[in-house]
Order: sequence, then C-alpha cells, then structure tokens
Amino acid sequence: MRHFIVVGILTILASVLLYMGLSAAHLMPVAASAQAVPIDWMWNLILIVMSFFFSLIVVPMGYSLVVFRRRRGETGDGAHFEGNTTLELLWTAIPLLIVVSFSVIGARNLAQTLARNPQAPVIKVTGLQWSWRFEYPADSATGLVVVSDQLHIPVGEQVLLRMTSSDVIHSFWVPEFRVKQDLVPGRFTELTITPTEEGSYKVRCAELCGTKHYSMENPVIIQSQADYDAWFAGELEKAKLASSSPEGFGQLLVQQNGCAACHSITGGTLVGPTWLGLSGSPVELSDGTTVNADDAYLTESISNPQAKIVKGFESVQMVQYTFTPDELSAIVAYIKTIK
Amino acid sequence: MKNNTLGRAFLFLVIAGAIGYGLGLGIDFAIRGGLKFTASVPSAFALLFGFTAFFFGLYGYRGITRGLVFQVVGTIIGAALVTGIRALLKREIISPFLFTEPAWVFGALVGVVSFFFGVGVMTDWVKWARGIDTPDHHEDEPGWQKYFGVSLDHKVIGIQYTVTALFLLAVGGTFALIFRTELAASGLDFLTLDLDVFNQNGPQLYNTLMSLHGMIMIVSILLGISGIMNYVVPLLVGAHDMAFPRMNAFAFWVAVPASVLLLLALLLGGFDTGWTGYPPLSSRAPLGVQMFFLGVFTAGWSSILGALNVIATVVRMRAKGMTAMRMPILVWASVATSIIALTATQLIGLSFQLVMFQRLFGMGFFDPSKGGNPVLFQHLFWFYSHPAVYVFVLPGLGVISELLPVFVRKPLFGYRWVAMSSLGIALVGFVVWAHHMFTSGMNEYLRVPFMYSTMLVAVPTGVKFFSWVATMWGGKIETPTPMLFVLGSIVVFLLGGVTGPPNAMVALDLHLHDTYWVVGHFHDTIFGGFVFPFFAAIYYWFPKATGRKMNEFWGKVHFWLMTPSFFALTLGMMFIGLRGMRRRIVDYDPTLGFDGAHLFLTVCAFLIAISILIFFINFFRSIKHGEPATGNAWNSRSPEWQVPSPMPAHNYEVPFEVVGEPYDYGLPGSKFVEFAAKKAGTH
Repeated sequence: MRHFIVVGILTILASVLLYMGLSAAHLMPVAASAQAVPIDWMWNLILIVMSFFFSLIVVPMGYSLVVFRRRRGETGDGAHFEGNTTLELLWTAIPLLIVVSFSVIGARNLAQTLARNPQAPVIKVTGLQWSWRFEYPADSATGLVVVSDQLHIPVGEQVLLRMTSSDVIHSFWVPEFRVKQDLVPGRFTELTITPTEEGSYKVRCAELCGTKHYSMENPVIIQSQADYDAWFAGELEKAKLASSSPEGFGQLLVQQNGCAACHSITGGTLVGPTWLGLSGSPVELSDGTTVNADDAYLTESISNPQAKIVKGFESVQMVQYTFTPDELSAIVAYIKTIK
Repeated sequence: MKNNTLGRAFLFLVIAGAIGYGLGLGIDFAIRGGLKFTASVPSAFALLFGFTAFFFGLYGYRGITRGLVFQVVGTIIGAALVTGIRALLKREIISPFLFTEPAWVFGALVGVVSFFFGVGVMTDWVKWARGIDTPDHHEDEPGWQKYFGVSLDHKVIGIQYTVTALFLLAVGGTFALIFRTELAASGLDFLTLDLDVFNQNGPQLYNTLMSLHGMIMIVSILLGISGIMNYVVPLLVGAHDMAFPRMNAFAFWVAVPASVLLLLALLLGGFDTGWTGYPPLSSRAPLGVQMFFLGVFTAGWSSILGALNVIATVVRMRAKGMTAMRMPILVWASVATSIIALTATQLIGLSFQLVMFQRLFGMGFFDPSKGGNPVLFQHLFWFYSHPAVYVFVLPGLGVISELLPVFVRKPLFGYRWVAMSSLGIALVGFVVWAHHMFTSGMNEYLRVPFMYSTMLVAVPTGVKFFSWVATMWGGKIETPTPMLFVLGSIVVFLLGGVTGPPNAMVALDLHLHDTYWVVGHFHDTIFGGFVFPFFAAIYYWFPKATGRKMNEFWGKVHFWLMTPSFFALTLGMMFIGLRGMRRRIVDYDPTLGFDGAHLFLTVCAFLIAISILIFFINFFRSIKHGEPATGNAWNSRSPEWQVPSPMPAHNYEVPFEVVGEPYDYGLPGSKFVEFAAKKAGTH
C-alpha cells in the first residue's frame, strides 16, 4: 500500500511539474488571428492530458525499475498475479470516457475555429509552383481588380480565402494564424481568417509541391485600415498605369504570377533560365540545336513550355499558364526590356 | 565466411562497377553528346553491375547472383521490346535515361519476373506444373551459403528477411544523414540549385532522398517484422515450418528485386513526391517515380503473401493444447498485424498503379482536367497507409509483451486484454484513415467522425501501457540489453502515443499538419513500436539462431547512445514544428531562428548513426566470437528455449504439448510446455 501512495504522489507531482514546464516554455508561436484563440485553448487542454498520461506510465515504470529491481545475489521470480479484471475494466472505461468527451469538445472547438461571417470579403488565392497569387475584390469605382503576390488584410477584418491551384496541391499556412488548408487543382477550398495582430508574416506552403517547395513563401501584411487603404490605392494606381503600356502590363503580370521564383532578371540561374539579355540572343536547346530567342520563341516558351527545352533544364517542368494573347505579348514586351 | 571470399566479392564489386560505369558513360555520351560523370545511366549501370558481381564473388553464379543477372537481362530485353515497338510506331525511343518511360516500366516488370525464375524460387512450382514431384524438404547446405539462395526453412528465411531489413535500414539511414547534413544550417549548402547529380539539382535530390528515406524505411520495417514473425512464430506455436514454405520463400525473394527498383528510382531522375506520391505532383514527377511505384507494388506482394502464411500457420499448425488463449502474445500480435497486411496492402498497390496508368496511358483518374479527382487518391492511399503503421508497430508491441515477463519474472498482466487490444487496434485502425486528410479539402463534416474514430485508438493502446506497467509492478526486474530495449520501446512509444491525440483534434491539427511536429511524432511511434523492439528481438533471439550471445557491453553502449540522442532528436523536431518548421523542405527561412536547433538535430542524428554502426559491428562479430549460449539463455518458459541452440534444422525433434499458461513466472512447479518422451532410436 505504501508503494501505491508514494507512486500516486510522485505521479501527480510529475504531471504538475511537466505541465508547468511545458506551458512556461511557450511552445506555440505568436497568436495573430481570432482562429488561433480556440486552437491555443485546445493545445493547453491537451498539454494537461499529455502531461498526466505520460507521468502516469513513466513514474510507476521508473519506480518499479528502482524498487523492484533484482538485487545482487537475489534469485527467484516476482510475485505471481495474472491480472485484475476490475482494473482492466477501469483503464478501458475511463480512457474511453475521456476520449469521447475530448471528441465532443474537439467538435465544438472546430466549429469555433471555422465560425464565419457570411458578409466577409472574398480574396481569391491561387497557388502555383512556386508562388502565391492573391486577387482582391474588384474596386467598386473603377471596376479594376488588384492582383498581388502579397496578402494584405486590415487588422481585425475577417476575410474568406477562396483558393485553388493551377498545378499541383499546395497548402496555405501562416503559423501565426494556426489554420491550414490545402489548395487543390480543379476545385475551390475555403479558409476563414481574422487577423488580430498587426505585423508582417509569411504564408508558407505546407504541402510538398516540387523542387522549390521550400521557398514557396510570400509576405502576409496585417496593417491598420488606413495603411491598408493606402496600399490598396497604390496598387490600384499601378494597375491603372500598367494597363496603359504593354511593358508595364507585362511587368505586372510577371509580378502577379510569381515568375521571378524561377527566372532571375539579374543573370543568376534559379530553377529556369535567366531573362537578362535573353531577347534576341541565341539559345542552345536540349536536342543540340540553337534557336534565336525572338518574339515567337518567347511566346511559345511561355504558352507551351515543353515545346523547346533549354539545354541544362531538362529535369524541370515549367507550370502551364493560360494567358490571353494580349497578356502574352505584354510579357514578351517586358522581357525585351531586361538587358 | 572466409575473409578472402569477402575480399574477392568487394574486388568484383569495384571492377564490375567500374566496367558498368564506363559502359554507361559511353551510352550517355552517345545520347547527349557530352561527358557527364554524375549522369543517370552510368550510375545505374555501375549499381546493377557492381551489385551483381559482388554476389558472384561471394557465392558464385547461383541463387541471388543468378536472380540479379536475370533481372538485369530481363529489364533490358523488356525495355528493348517496347523500344522496338515504339520505333515501328515512329515514337520517341531514346531519353536522357537511355530508354523512354514506357520502355523502362515494362522492362522493370519483366526484370522482376525474370528475377524469380533466375533465383530459383519458381523451380518447384514449374516442376509441379509439369507433373514432376519434388521432396517436401530441401536440405540446406551448411554454413552461411544457404542465406544467398532459395531455402524453404522458415528460420533461414527469417534471417534473410532480418539481414535485408538491416541493410535497407542502413541505406535509408544514410539518406537521412545526407539530407540532415544539408539541414544543419539554413541556405542551400551542398544540395545547391546548380548541382547536377542523377539528372537532379540539389533541391530535387533532397526531395528524392527524403522520399526514398521514407519508403526504404517502410520496406525495411515490413521485412523486419516479417523476419521476426518468420523466425519466431513457427517456433512459438511448435510447427516444423510455415504452412506454405515455397510461398514463404517467394514472399522473401519478391523483396529483393523490389529493393533494386527503389534504389534505381534514385538514379533514374529521382522523384519529388514524398513517400505518399500524391498526384498531380507524382503524375508530373521524373521517371524515378515509376520505379518507385513499381518497387512498392512489388514489395507489397511480400507483405500480402507473408501475412497469409502467418495466419495459415497459426490457425492450422499449433501444438497440441495450444488454445487461442494459451498462445504466446507475440503470436496474437502477428495474427493481428497479418490481418491488416493481408487485406489493406492492395490499396497502396492499387493507388500507385492508377497513377502509373495515368502517366503511361493518359487515364485521368486523378487529373481534374479529365474529370479525375486528386483527393480520391489520398483516400485510397491512406486506406492502406494508415493501417500500415499498425502493421509496423503491432509485432513490436507483441515483442514488448513477450519479453517483459521474462525479464520481470512475473506473468504478463491481463493476458487476454493485451491479446484483444492488438485485435482492437487492428480493427479500429481501418476506420481512421482520413485523419491524414483534415486539411485536404475533403468534405468538412467528415472530419468529425474521423476525429472520434482516431481518438478511440487510444483506448486499446492505453490497455497495453497499463498492462505493461502492472506487469513490472512487484517483479524482480533484470536489465540485460534486450530488456533495456524493451523499456526504451515503452517510453519512446509512449511519447509517440501522447503526441498523437493533438493531431486527432481537428482544429489543432490544422496547425500541426505537415509540420516537424508530425515528423517527430511518427518517428517516436515507429522507433518505439518497431525499431527499439526490433533491436530487443535481435539481441534476445540472437543466441537461438547462432548459439552465441551478442556482446552485452557494446549492446549497452548501443542503447545508451541511441536512446537519449533519439529523445533529443524527436523532441527537437516537435519543438520547431510547433513554431513553424514545415515538413519536407530542403531549406528554411533563417528569420525563423531554427539554425541552432537544426544543427543540434543533425548532431543527434549522427550519434544515432554511430550507435547503429556499433550494433552492426557487434552483430557480425558475435556470429563467430560471441559468448557461447546454447541453453536457455534468458531462463524463459517459451518452448524454443527448452531445446538447445542453434535451433535444429527441422525445429523440434519431438513435438511438445502445451500444459499451462505461457507466462506463469513465479508459480512454483508450473510449466508452459512439456515435450513427449523421446523414443529410443528414432528422431
């Protein structure tokens, strides 16, 4: 009996200490969204249960190892008892009760995390190898649509992300917001977030999506309504300006579609060939022939990337984009300016 | 094994490897018109030639050598056939990998089938088909040679499985060390974008190594549990062999060409999909992914047929008096694991096969532009791949329950409950698969029922833990090396266990999914449920197989080096995972401040590797130089320890009868088994 009392006290002590240590360690990153609140609440609850069950097994084990160890020169076997049905029933029934109540709590917790305001503005998100593209609601005055590779949200405003992918599966995750959702080609998935802390974060792709999955990280800026409005106005201005010259429009498209993730404009080799001085220069292809990088070649290489493969890039498959002819010629016009 | 034989084998390896490399370099030069020393074709030729010549030097042109020669020749013939047909159809016939993808796939398939005929595992069946009788038993040659050819003895096959598993463990571990080294600091350090090895740049090579680390370890685990079950289950139930000895041999030899295909996947362009192979990524990945799919598809047969054999053996061949509730607990665990392996493995084969067909024939199963559904793949895939983790751990948990009473000198607490909990885990394991898909975009409402079912797994698993603790309570605990690994298993598996429910809570999983938290969690479950018990089983049954013990001192060094390093490794992984470290990335944002943590994790990984190196040296040295142990090495009640070691070729000379409970330690005068009196002059 003495053994049981000692172990009981030690177990409770260990559970408390373990839980205190774990919660003092602040294991989670900063919570910057309303969705993080129920999730962190759940994390705390789980920590208590984890600390308790870990101690409940490890403490009696450790105690047995010390107290019931075979001592030097000792022979013979341990006490003969084969089991105890009451105990077995108890340690089946009590955990069963706990897991069922946790599931009930978990379902409510999920509902809180997913709670959404039906009037929330919708931002269209597209994942592509290897960048993000955010399309904001159309400007009511001009009808122009702002597209950016950055996600800007005013602090405190709930937004609905309506997401899809143009190639493979990606996953939207901002660790500070906690919630995560895959982007699946051919369908839309949704995620509600309500940022609560101003700051600069990053959306990090959480689903393996190929060669540069590791660098598929774009800025997420949470700012005051005034700052947001100023940023949005600036982007709108850019969109207006860009629509007036083909080069400007091309540059905007390049920025929006994350082309710079693979093609440098400074001469360095990323995943694909650089654009510096590309236009008009001879290009050696994988089949040994050489072509001149004229407008037709550039246009074909954007709209049908596998048609002609540059030597040294055989193992890379570029994303299949669907640009309109106007957009294609604008991008080519922009590439021509990179000398 | 004489040292000069081994020396000759390595010499052959080097010479043939060089010849293959030179030949491949010539072919590659003809294809691309330039010399590239790290190209795919020379490396693949070097691997195949070197590998085959190694076994030729060791063993001559028979058994495994003949199998590998047949595989290589079969692959080339099959690929040439498709290439010929393509030439007639005026299709592309040459690729940077020599053959085109359809040619490689068909060639690889022909190669695998050729291997079976070459190695000789089909010989008896072919004879039967032609109406020729064969003897029930084949006598194996004495010594080490029997391990390199087809043997029908379950003990030989068990050891073949175990050694192959250890080999793959070393390969998969080496891959991990390579990418762990890259991760030690942020930035692309040596796996850079301008690297070009096996037709892959640095990040692509990282993805391939990371993906293959996963699958090679899984195959290693499947072979490891088959090793334990094959060696031990017939001994525990008192059978003279497995129910279907030829199928048993076949199931093992399937794994060899499958392993070759997996290694080829690395060399033939690699693949960047992870071991999960989700389309559309896998439908766009390089050629390597086809070798990977085919390798897994082939290895799956090993699992299915092996499981069938275990179930048949346990159902039909138990000793007199061994009722269901008197079976050793490891037998229960083996049956539970085999039920899953027999019925679920098909789904991973099927899902990979569908992607293969999507690539080869343009069938759009998972291609949204053709009306396919990428999420469907995930359902099919996880319907096996979640139960698969119970396939990995149930035998290990069985080993814990089997060994604990021996070293605690007390009966297993609640035998019936422990036995039934294995079946419980196996059955509940079938209805939890979608918990891998909480963020996948499947119907939102489906997430809640899968949360319930997943949490239920905790109940039978808890029963095991409580029973183990109660078994230890009041015992007389000894801690030789096997027991240390048993204790390590329990604590490591517990850590994997308590870090499981957070993933099951859907909302919390939205944060945890696809992070290093999950990586730490599942390494805990797999090390606790398989790796530690596997080592415990090897240290424990080594004397049974060899008549010698492994060195205690170095066994303890292995344990005390591996265990703390492993704890530090996985706890570190979970820590950075919570704070934003994603899975499967070759480089991480330096502003996250993970550089120090990653350096620490890399050091831990190397410490584990050193401890396993110590194990390997101890293992191979002890075969010859270990302390002799021909008797009941651990003072166990189990039948296999009541006869001298090493185990005789046909197991028990006289059959035994079960007369008591398996684990009645501490009950004076009780016995588990009683051998019939040996009649004079017979055996």
